Amino acid sequence: MMATSYNAKDEDGHITVSGPGGGTLRSRKPENTAFKQQRLPAWQPILTAGTVLPAFFIIGLIFIPIGIGLYVTSNNIREFEVDYTGVDMSSPCFNCSQNYSWNSSRPCTCTIPFYLEQPYEGNVYMYYGLSNFYQNHRRYVKSRDDSQLHGDMDSLLTPSKECEPYAFHDKKPIAPCGAIANSMFNDTLELFYNDPNGTKVLVPLANTGIAWFTDKYVKFKNPGGDGANLTAVFQGTSKPVNWLKPVYELDKNSSNNGFINEDFIVWMRTAALPTFRKLYRTIKDAKVIPTLPSGNYTLEVVYNYPVRSFEGRKRMILSTISWMGGKNPFLGIAYVTVGSVCFFLGVVLLVIHHKCGNRNNSADISN
Amino acid sequence: METNQECSFDRPVKEKERHVKANARDYNDKFHYADNRIKTSKYNVFTFLPVNLFEQFQRVANAYFLVLLILQLIPEISSLSWFTTIVPLVLVLVITAVKDATDDYFRYRSDQRVNNRQSQILIKGRLQNEKWMNVRVGDIIKLSNNQFVAADILLLCSSEPYGLCYIETAELDGETNLKVRHALTVTSEMGDISKLIDFDGEVICEPPNNKLDKFTGTLLWSDNKYPLDNEKMLLRGCVLRNTEWCFGLVIFAGWQTKLMQNCGKTIFKRTSIDKLMNTLVLWIFAFLICMGVILAVGNTMWESWIGRNFQVFLPRGEIQSSAVFSGFLAFWSYVIILNTVVPISLYVSVEVLRLGHSYFINWDQKMYCAQTDTAAEARTTTLNEELGQVEFVFSDKTGTLTQNIMVFRKCSINGHTYGDLYNEFDQKVEITEKSACVDFSFNPLSDQRFQFYDGSLLEAVKLEDAAVHEFFRLLALCHTVMSEEKSEGDLVYQAQSPDEGALVTAARNFGFVFRARTPESITLCEMGRAVTYRLLAILDFNNVRKRMSVIVRNPEGQIKLYCKGADSIIFERLDPSSEDLMHTTLEHLNEFAGEGLRTLALTCKDLDEDHFDVWMKKLLFASTLIENRDDQLAELYEEIEQGMKLLGATAIEDKLQEGVPETIACLNLADIKIWVLTGDKLETAVNIGYSCNMLRDDMNEVFIISGNTLLEVQQQLRNANEQILGLSGVCGAEDSDKTEMSADDSVFEESIIAEYALVINGDSLAYALDPQLEHVLLDLACLCKTVICCRVTPLQKAQVVELVKKHKRAVTVAIGDGANDVSMIKTAHIGVGISGQEGMQAVLASDFSFAQFRYLQRLLLVHGRWSYLRMCNFLRYFFYKNFAFTLVHFWYGFFCGFSAQTVYDQWFITLFNIVYTSLPVLAMGLFDQDVNDQNSLRYPSLYKPGQQNLLFNKSQFFLCTLQGLGTSFLLFFIPYGALSVMVREDGSHFSDQQTFAVTVATSLVIVVSVQIGLDAHYWTAVNHLFIWGSLIVYFAILFAMQSNGMFGIFPSQFPFVGTARNCLAEQSVWLVILLTSVVCVVPGLVVSFLKVDHFPTLTDKVRRLQQYRKKEGPQKKNLKRVSRTSSRRSAYAFSHQQGYGELITSGKNMKVGSVFSARSPGRTPNRFVWIENLLKKKNEVSCISDENIETQTAQQQCTG
Repeated sequence: MMATSYNAKDEDGHITVSGPGGGTLRSRKPENTAFKQQRLPAWQPILTAGTVLPAFFIIGLIFIPIGIGLYVTSNNIREFEVDYTGVDMSSPCFNCSQNYSWNSSRPCTCTIPFYLEQPYEGNVYMYYGLSNFYQNHRRYVKSRDDSQLHGDMDSLLTPSKECEPYAFHDKKPIAPCGAIANSMFNDTLELFYNDPNGTKVLVPLANTGIAWFTDKYVKFKNPGGDGANLTAVFQGTSKPVNWLKPVYELDKNSSNNGFINEDFIVWMRTAALPTFRKLYRTIKDAKVIPTLPSGNYTLEVVYNYPVRSFEGRKRMILSTISWMGGKNPFLGIAYVTVGSVCFFLGVVLLVIHHKCGNRNNSADISN
Repeated sequence: METNQECSFDRPVKEKERHVKANARDYNDKFHYADNRIKTSKYNVFTFLPVNLFEQFQRVANAYFLVLLILQLIPEISSLSWFTTIVPLVLVLVITAVKDATDDYFRYRSDQRVNNRQSQILIKGRLQNEKWMNVRVGDIIKLSNNQFVAADILLLCSSEPYGLCYIETAELDGETNLKVRHALTVTSEMGDISKLIDFDGEVICEPPNNKLDKFTGTLLWSDNKYPLDNEKMLLRGCVLRNTEWCFGLVIFAGWQTKLMQNCGKTIFKRTSIDKLMNTLVLWIFAFLICMGVILAVGNTMWESWIGRNFQVFLPRGEIQSSAVFSGFLAFWSYVIILNTVVPISLYVSVEVLRLGHSYFINWDQKMYCAQTDTAAEARTTTLNEELGQVEFVFSDKTGTLTQNIMVFRKCSINGHTYGDLYNEFDQKVEITEKSACVDFSFNPLSDQRFQFYDGSLLEAVKLEDAAVHEFFRLLALCHTVMSEEKSEGDLVYQAQSPDEGALVTAARNFGFVFRARTPESITLCEMGRAVTYRLLAILDFNNVRKRMSVIVRNPEGQIKLYCKGADSIIFERLDPSSEDLMHTTLEHLNEFAGEGLRTLALTCKDLDEDHFDVWMKKLLFASTLIENRDDQLAELYEEIEQGMKLLGATAIEDKLQEGVPETIACLNLADIKIWVLTGDKLETAVNIGYSCNMLRDDMNEVFIISGNTLLEVQQQLRNANEQILGLSGVCGAEDSDKTEMSADDSVFEESIIAEYALVINGDSLAYALDPQLEHVLLDLACLCKTVICCRVTPLQKAQVVELVKKHKRAVTVAIGDGANDVSMIKTAHIGVGISGQEGMQAVLASDFSFAQFRYLQRLLLVHGRWSYLRMCNFLRYFFYKNFAFTLVHFWYGFFCGFSAQTVYDQWFITLFNIVYTSLPVLAMGLFDQDVNDQNSLRYPSLYKPGQQNLLFNKSQFFLCTLQGLGTSFLLFFIPYGALSVMVREDGSHFSDQQTFAVTVATSLVIVVSVQIGLDAHYWTAVNHLFIWGSLIVYFAILFAMQSNGMFGIFPSQFPFVGTARNCLAEQSVWLVILLTSVVCVVPGLVVSFLKVDHFPTLTDKVRRLQQYRKKEGPQKKNLKRVSRTSSRRSAYAFSHQQGYGELITSGKNMKVGSVFSARSPGRTPNRFVWIENLLKKKNEVSCISDENIETQTAQQQCTG
């Protein structure tokens, strides 16, 4: 260090007089710019009663109406939920739930009657709900191969390591690979309206239009492209272990078959929380009004999906929809609460401010 | 370094004795002494990468991230993709490496420059030009005037008579006056190369060490032994002056020279925030481990209760088969996920901020000095925020507080004062730069730089007022200045003390030009006439006499004694006839002293021939005495310096640097204690203390500690202490609870209302710094408002700083300009060098440098305060942000089976710290200012929070992490509540992971952006740009990363395709984001509002005032001016050494050409006496009269 030092002295020592006189040297005077002199024009907000208190009142005044609106909307939404897990002895599905029937060839069917007190108007959506199902477990979440699902031929035949232990079966690659695909929900739900005149009318359920557009048309693609012969494409692959049918037999409709089967896509969009619901079917553009009149209904379940082992629950949910989505009392209540608290805070702060606040500007600045 | 290792192979590890033989390279090579090449750079092209990387990974933080990276490569643990860590890590490493490489390159370049300097070496009978690095121990080298000495060399001979040479040691010890070195008599005769070639003397001396003022050795030559000491050595770093050439034998070279041995290793200075930050990072590590353990236990429990049953859908691999082991793996996974609580970008961001702050210092126009064309410079870029926490300033005096320029300001001649300016109403007006100077153009020999404003003095001279003439004649005759006339009329004075220089220059301009001197005569040019006085005797100065006299015979043949000295001494020796004049003059002196001027009284006396002859004989006899010579001489001097006639008095201004008193007053208001540490004399130091307003008449007591023994000093310290404590009514704090006292001394100190000052001299300080006494000293010093240490050595300066550093836990600043301040500058937390002056040593050792002391005020109160504020705000926000960001994963752990699933997209985790949130916080850290610079200076109390460490400490850290924790909780649970049952407008389900991730991430980005908006005090356009820009960039990247195109290219890296589009198109998601943001921000807002509204700090008040004023429009400045009200008589202190009178009369320092001197062999024995005397060898005989050379200097005709 020292050596550098006294070297520099040598350099500088001889030009000490080069200040104002030595006009050849550029002046070392820093530039007089607002930036360099730290004089940039600036907005300097100060928390004063004049700005903070109105903010609280405004938040209060905005949030409370939103909250009330949300709450009312949410309350107007019709929602019906039935648990068909079959835990209780009395439950119609008890028998089915008892025998493990993951891929038994003889399907176990149970019928659950229920009563809708109010008619459901407009589009009605049917969901299945699972509880205590850890779709968000790290090992589960990563157990998929997005390239394969995107229709990549290489990945189809050599699935990613992440899919282990569901990558190969009998030395054949599994398509679709991974634990998520393997555990796809495979109960079949059918809804019947028990007409007061005694006939059982099948409610038409649409199995398309339930997945996100981007998923269906961007993220998921069948290998070989549209219109390819799926049977041929998937030649040489194995179906997921738990599946009854190979992936190219999920639906007869070719635009809803293979990887782009919407039930499959919905399942593959893993839930954030262990209790979740997923859209199963829609009842759209019903010819009858109301879509689902009040009355007796029967839910017929082909019971395949075992959840008892981990104390899971299966539910079927029917719901109508509003501008804010489905029934969601949380948002409304939260908005009303937060709005009220802010308003209240505003009042309290105002009182405190007037009672003992510091309103004099500068009188008591002392050094 | 390499040489050192080589040595250790065939030599004992430590050199015990050094043998150097002249002109014998082969012989000297045996010892493997270091060569003269120096190397301070660390790397070369090939070693840079490995060495630098190795060094970087030695830093805990980098090593930590490397470990994380390795962990991530284990698939069972890897909870994050590899790129989430490697991208920031590489970024950090590259930035640091670039910086290191640049620094090292500059070091390399400067090494090269030094190593390649030319030097003349005597090789094989010829002088050869060689580079410095090729100089070897044992070589004989030739130095020319104004050259740097290349190594530590033994002076052999020089161009000057008697083997003398002059050096300037400013680089080594900061003293700018010339020092004399002289060769051994035997070697000084070898004036030419042919003799030097045959020189084969061998030097045996001490091994290399760092003692600059000591050297012991012997020269063995032709069977004789000659002792060697430091007076024969020229050390590397000195500059040869006034000596045409000299030859020397290289004793130490390269890193073994005393200069290099002294430089030691630069201590890497760290700020207290740095240390705190390191502690906090360790705490965070601990916290991280705790979280990891909690989650790992959770994982074990989950695996054994739920996961076991869930194997239908999620089979365990072989590794997860045991729940405990799975928990162990989860621990590591969580360590990886939660690593962002220790943000890798923290250290880099802090460095960037400091660099920015340093640039602002460099750019500050208000710290630019136009006279010397120097801007302030932050030489160390790592200490900025520490500038905002300073409690102690240790200042050098000369060159720092004062300009070290003496100016002849006023005088009193025969009861009349000159020097003040009056306007037409006879009122005194202040002298400013604009005042008209007296025109000295009548005098061709005048010094252009001399300025005097009172024209009446010149008129008096022109009117041939006898008293005025005598006055200036005295100034021109009575001194020890040497003149040099390079060309006709171009006079250069070399004065031992600047005071004398100023006086002689004043006389010169008023027409009494001191032109030349020989040992026997002084030639003046009096009002254009050349007049030669015979110099009969110089009655030299010493500390006791405090005066000097000359006895001259003027051309008319009269013998006259002229005497100048401290007024108190002179007034005792006046002729009774001068009594009236004395009273008038005394009044004037008081007036001068009140203005802080240094005064001198001038007298003269006519001597009659017989009386003088008798006295002269006695003097000659006395000067040949061996015993009691000094006493006898003093007595004789005393005898003749009696009954003198008062001529008048001079007043010299020891020019303070601009704005020094104001700065000191301002810093005092900011509770910064200023201690002056100076090598100067007590009187000078006290004088300056008064003129800087550090000492005042209204102080209760100024304690002066000057003892010669430990006990004496102890007693004085104790007395002073008791006096303070007794008066303040605080008693009983005796030795028994001394420790307790020092523990809460800050409270205690404040209870002292009375003002005290402490002045301590170097000798006493040496005792007071004894471990027994240092506590007493420190307690006393801290009770005093002002502390002045005078006559201190560079080492003592450092010791004082060290003392305060050790016991007070306060941030210290040392400020100085000379090499003697280097140790103190290096010791203090922050070293400040005064630049733009001669020596650069202090500047080069310093962390900050600027041209004037007064800039310290701005550096500390504005830049330091801002830096501290910014750094604290930055850190608080940074920790808050990262806790809010990371701990969401902790809450999520409870809902995902403790599986270390991330909430966010991997890319979001990668980019959050380095892209989405880095710029706004950097902008805040760079530009924020709570109060503008004028107000920072106007209200120095604003500085106090920094000293008390209020803005960022452990509790503040705790609060901001708590806020982060709270935010993370809300960030997770509000979307959780809202999304768990949410469906989209089209009925499709919405509670999927990716939507959740985007919602939480968006809320997070918005919340932290709003929060920084609330935290920032100063929204410049850049802040706006960065905050809004970051939000825009976030959304842009979000959509880009989740676009079809990206997914099409890398399907497995961008699985989030389409999520943002689907999710952010929903009103309900926006409602969730709005709710989350409001709920996260409101609590903090309420707290800060309550604080501002109910417990406003001074800052808040000033801010409000500032805004109020801004609305009112600009107001006129009413900066307080500090008035100087000192009425104290300033003491006259000669700043030059004793012994120069003798030097002049002996004629030894005259060039051969200017003195007609026959070299008679008979004179040789006495020849070196004066040197010995000068070097304070005692009891030697000096004889002035022996040398009765009739010096007939031609009467020169003055020009003009």
